[in-house]
Amino acid sequence: MTDLSGLDRPNSYIGRSVERPNAARLTRGRGRFVDDIDLPRMLHVAFARSPYAHALVKSVDTAGAAALAGVIRVVTMSDLAEYCTPWVGVLDHLKGIKSASQWPLANGKVFSQGEPVAAVVAASRAIAEDAVERIAIDYEALDPQVDPKASLAPDALPIHAELGDNLCFERKIDTGDVDEAFSTAAHVVEAEMRFNRHTGVTLEPRSIICDFDASQRALTLYMSVQCPHMSKNLFARHLNLDENNVRVICGDVGGSFGIKIHTYADEMTAAALAVMLERPVKFVADRLESFITDIHARDHEAKARLAVDGDGRITAFDLDDLTGIGPFSVYPRTSGIEVNQVLNLTGGPYAHGAYRAHGRVVFQNKNNMCQYRGVGHPIAVAIAEHLVDKAAKVTGQDPAEFRRRNFIADDAYPYTSPSGAIYERQSHRECLDKLLEKCAYDDLRAEQSALRRKGVYRGIGLVSLVEVTNPSPAFYGVGGARIASQDGCTLRLDPTGGVTCLTGVTEQGQGTETIIAQVAATAIGINMANIRVITGDTETVPYGGGTWASRAAGIGGEAALRAGKALKQNILSVAATILQDRAENLDIRDGVIVTAVDRTERMPLSELGRIVYFRGDTLPKDLAPELVVTRHYTQNTYPFCFTNAAHACYLEVDTDTGMIRLLGYWVVEDCGTVINPKLVAEQTRGGVVQGLGPALFEECIYSPEGQLMNGSLADYLVPMAGEMPDIVVDHVVTPTQTSELGAKGVGEAGTAGAPAAVMNALNDALGPFDVELTDMPFTPEKILRALGRVSGRDQK
Amino acid sequence: MKPRTFDYLRAKTLADVFAVFEAHGDEALILAGGQSVVPALNMRLSEPAILVDINRIPELDRIELQGGVVRIGALCRHETVRRSDVIAGHVPLLVQALAHVAHPAIRNRGTLGGSLCNADPAAELPACALALGTTMVVESASGSRRIPASDFFIGFYETSLEPGEVLVAMEVPVAGNGEIHFFDEIARRQGDFALAGLAAVAKCDGGRLVSVRFAFHSCGDRSLLSPQLSAVVEGMPNGAVDGAAIDAALKGDLDPPDDAVTSSETRLHLAGVLVRRALAHINSEADT
Repeated sequence: MTDLSGLDRPNSYIGRSVERPNAARLTRGRGRFVDDIDLPRMLHVAFARSPYAHALVKSVDTAGAAALAGVIRVVTMSDLAEYCTPWVGVLDHLKGIKSASQWPLANGKVFSQGEPVAAVVAASRAIAEDAVERIAIDYEALDPQVDPKASLAPDALPIHAELGDNLCFERKIDTGDVDEAFSTAAHVVEAEMRFNRHTGVTLEPRSIICDFDASQRALTLYMSVQCPHMSKNLFARHLNLDENNVRVICGDVGGSFGIKIHTYADEMTAAALAVMLERPVKFVADRLESFITDIHARDHEAKARLAVDGDGRITAFDLDDLTGIGPFSVYPRTSGIEVNQVLNLTGGPYAHGAYRAHGRVVFQNKNNMCQYRGVGHPIAVAIAEHLVDKAAKVTGQDPAEFRRRNFIADDAYPYTSPSGAIYERQSHRECLDKLLEKCAYDDLRAEQSALRRKGVYRGIGLVSLVEVTNPSPAFYGVGGARIASQDGCTLRLDPTGGVTCLTGVTEQGQGTETIIAQVAATAIGINMANIRVITGDTETVPYGGGTWASRAAGIGGEAALRAGKALKQNILSVAATILQDRAENLDIRDGVIVTAVDRTERMPLSELGRIVYFRGDTLPKDLAPELVVTRHYTQNTYPFCFTNAAHACYLEVDTDTGMIRLLGYWVVEDCGTVINPKLVAEQTRGGVVQGLGPALFEECIYSPEGQLMNGSLADYLVPMAGEMPDIVVDHVVTPTQTSELGAKGVGEAGTAGAPAAVMNALNDALGPFDVELTDMPFTPEKILRALGRVSGRDQK
Repeated sequence: MKPRTFDYLRAKTLADVFAVFEAHGDEALILAGGQSVVPALNMRLSEPAILVDINRIPELDRIELQGGVVRIGALCRHETVRRSDVIAGHVPLLVQALAHVAHPAIRNRGTLGGSLCNADPAAELPACALALGTTMVVESASGSRRIPASDFFIGFYETSLEPGEVLVAMEVPVAGNGEIHFFDEIARRQGDFALAGLAAVAKCDGGRLVSVRFAFHSCGDRSLLSPQLSAVVEGMPNGAVDGAAIDAALKGDLDPPDDAVTSSETRLHLAGVLVRRALAHINSEADT
C-alpha cells in the first residue's frame, strides 16, 4: 500500500493480514457448532425418505415404528398440517416464474429421491433410524422426468399438473442488432457446453435444534445458517408464530457456500415437531442425506456463438442456456436467479454491442437446484471465455492480446453492458497485464512449445471475468422477498475500554469476524485485541442480510466503519468535556485518547469508561454520554458493485491416460479496498478450488430413473489437496466510490473463473489434436475418447 | 447414519475370537482397523450381532523374517508395513503400493489383513499378494491352513475363508537377486480407488525376462493375475514389446467393470498403459 488514505493511521488494521481472533478457539476445539449443543429433554428426528424420483404415496404405515421403545412420535404430513403452511419459491421481479406448493413432508406425492415422507422423533438419532426402517410406505412409481430437454417437449407430462408445463422461468434479452452482426461478421465461432450438476459438501452438514416454549409461543432455533434474520422470518411465517417470538442463534458454521441459505423440508419439519411436542428437537443431516437434499448447483446445457469483425473485435454474443432445477423453484430465493445471472454476465468484460440471450429454467425429478457459490458466474464466464479463445485462434491472435483488444475501454466507465449491467469501474487491462507478469506468460508459452516437441502436452488457460458483489435491494428485496440487503453494526464502549461489536453479517468460516473487527478497531482507534465481535443471534445483532452474494465485507464492513466513526466522535466529545479541551483537538490511538497533533497521551479509554459508567456525578448535568452507537448501510448507488479478475491455469494432459495435472494457477483480483490480504487470498484460493472441483471431479450422477448414483464421499469426488496446484493471488485495487471503505466482495470470483480456466487450458493443451472438450467434468475417459484412444461406451 | 445395535467383545487371544464365531457364526464380524467395517456399519450395509475386536492380540501385529519368507501379521497397519525396514529390504513392492493406499489417517489404522479379507476388487493389497505369490495363513478352532493368494480371492468382496476362520498372517517370499518389483495405478485423486492398477514382479536373466507375474486391480470382480500376458512377455528380450499381443492378452484375462464414469474399455486401455510402463521400468532396472 503506497497511497495513504484516511484509513492509514498508525493503528490502522485496514490492508493488514492480521490473524483471525477466532482461530485459536476453533483450532483448540472450542468452536460451538449446532451438534455440540445438547438441550435438556431434547429429542432427535430421522426421516423416511422417498427412494423414488417420482411416485404417489399410497399409504404410510407407522405402527411398527411407533411401537419401538424410545420412539416418541411418528408423523406424516397430515399430522403436521395444523402446524405448518406450505411455501412457493417465486419472486415478483422474475417475470412469469412459477412453482408449486411445497410441504415439509410429502403430501401424497414425491417429486425427487430423498424427499421426506415421514418423520420419527425419538430419544436418540440411532433409535429414530431404527424406527424409520420399520415404516412401511406403499408407493406407486410414476415416470420420472430427468432430462431438461425432454421435460420441455410438448407431449411431456407436467411434473405439477396445476402449472400446465415444466417451464419454471424463461427470460430473453435482445439488443436487436444481433443477426446483422453475425451476417456481417468476418468470423463466427460457436460451441455447445455442458455444466455438470454438483453440490456444496460443507464440512459441517445442515444442522438445526428447535426449542419451543409453549408458555410464550416462542421458538428458539440453533442453526447452521447464512442468514439468521431471513430464517427467523420464514420459520415464523410458516409455523404461524409471531416473528418477534422467533429467535435464530447461529454459532460457528463449518462452511455454507450457498447451501445454508434455503428452506429445507426436513428443517421445517423439525421445527413443526418442536412446536407440536413442546420439546427441543435436533436434526443434523448425515452425509447421505446431504448429498440427496442439500441444494445442487449448475446443471446447464448451453449453446452459444460469437461474432468477430475484420479488425478482430467482438461484435456480438448469442446464447441459449437451459437448466434443470429439480421439481421446485427453491424458496425464498427461487431457482431462477442463476439463469438470470448467466444472461446478465456473459461477455461482461467485453465491448461488444450486440447481445441476444435466451434462458430457460426447467422442472425435473431430481434434487432441487439453487444458488451456490458463484451463482451463474461459472456458466457465464465459461461460455464467453471459451468462445473468446476460439475467436482468438480463428483470428490468429494470442488469447491475451485478443482479450486486451476487446475489453471495455478504460475511459468508458461507468459502463452499461448490453445486458443492462452497470459497471462502476473495472480494471481488466491492468489485471490481465499483472496476471501475465505473475505467471511469466511468455516463459510458459516457450516451455509449452518446447515440451510439445517431446510429446508433452501442456496448456495455458486465460480468463477475464466480472463478479456481482455488494448487492442492492434489486437482488431480492424488490421481488418481495424479506431478505435484507442492508446491514447494521452496533458498537458499545465498555467500562474497561474494550468494545463489544454486534454485526448483522455472519461468520461461515470465511473470516467475517476478523474483517469487521479490523474495520471497527481502525475506525475507533483501539487495539483489535480489545474488540469482541458477536454475530448470528437475531435477538442481539442488528437486522441484516447475513452472508450471500459476496456482501459481508463490503456492506457489513461499511456499517462497522460508520458505527466506529460515530462511536469515536461520541467518545471524543465526552473526553473533551472531561479534559476541558476541544473534541477536534483529540484523537484515539491504541485505546488512548491523545492530542491529535503530537499524540501526547491524555487519558486511556478505560478511564473514560470508569468516569462515564461509575462517576457520572462528576460530569456536567447536561452531558449525555452515548457510548453505544448503531449504524446501518445499504448499497443503493448501483444494483451491484461489480468486481473483476483475471485467471490463468497451467496444466499438463497425459494423452495416454487422459489424466490432467494442474501445474499452476494465478489470480489477479480487483475487489477494491483490500481489508485483509491473507483473507482475500484465502477466499480466492478456496473459491478457485471450488471451481476446479466441478471442472475435474465433482458431479452428481443420476440414473435415467432419477437415482443419484454417487451420493457418498467414496464416489463423489471433491477436490483434495494432493491434486491442487499452488494458487498465486495478487491484486489491483479500484475502490468502489459507493462507500467510504471502498471494499467490494471477494467470495465468489475464484469459483466463477476456475472452470473456464481449466477448460481453456485443456483445449489449449490438446490444440495439436484438433479436439474440443466442453462437457464438464473433464474425466480421463472423456479426454481419451476425444483423442480417439477409446471408442466410448456407445460403440462398446 | 447410525449403526444397528450390536454387541462388542474385545478379544485377548485367538481362542476368544474362535469362541465368538462358535457362538454366533456368521452373525459375528471381526473389527481390526475398522476403515471399511465402521463405514459399512454406519450405513447399515453390514449388520452384525457382535463385533469381535482383535486389536489387542499382540501376536497378530508382528513383521518377522523367517528364512525365505517375510511373515506379516494380519493386524499390521498399512503405515507400519510401509515404514518397515524388513519390508523395504525384502518386499519393496509393498512399500511402493502402500503409498497409494488411501490417506495417512486411514493407513495409520487400516490393517493388511483387513484389506485382504475385505477383498475389494479395487484395493491394492490383493493385487500385491497375487503378484508376490503370497501364502495366507489362516486359523480356526480346528487348526490352521495355508492358502495361496491365487486361491484366496474368489470373487467380488469374496475370499475362500471358511466360517470360523481368521486370517492371521501373510507369508511373502523374499525378493531374490535380480527380482524387479513394479507398482503403479491410475486414480483420479491421490488415495482414491484406481481406475486401473498393476502390481508386477519380474525376474530377468541375461537380458531376457525369465518370469513375470502381473496382477491387476480395478480390472475385474477381484484382483486378477494375467497368465496370458505373462506368456506373451516371458522369454522375450528385455524391451521387446508386442503391443497387439499385450492388448489381446489383457482382453483375454481381464474383465473390467463398467460404471457411470469409466467404461470397461477405458479401464482395459489404462491397464495396457500400465503394462507398457511396467515393461519399460523392468527393462531399465534390468539394465542397471
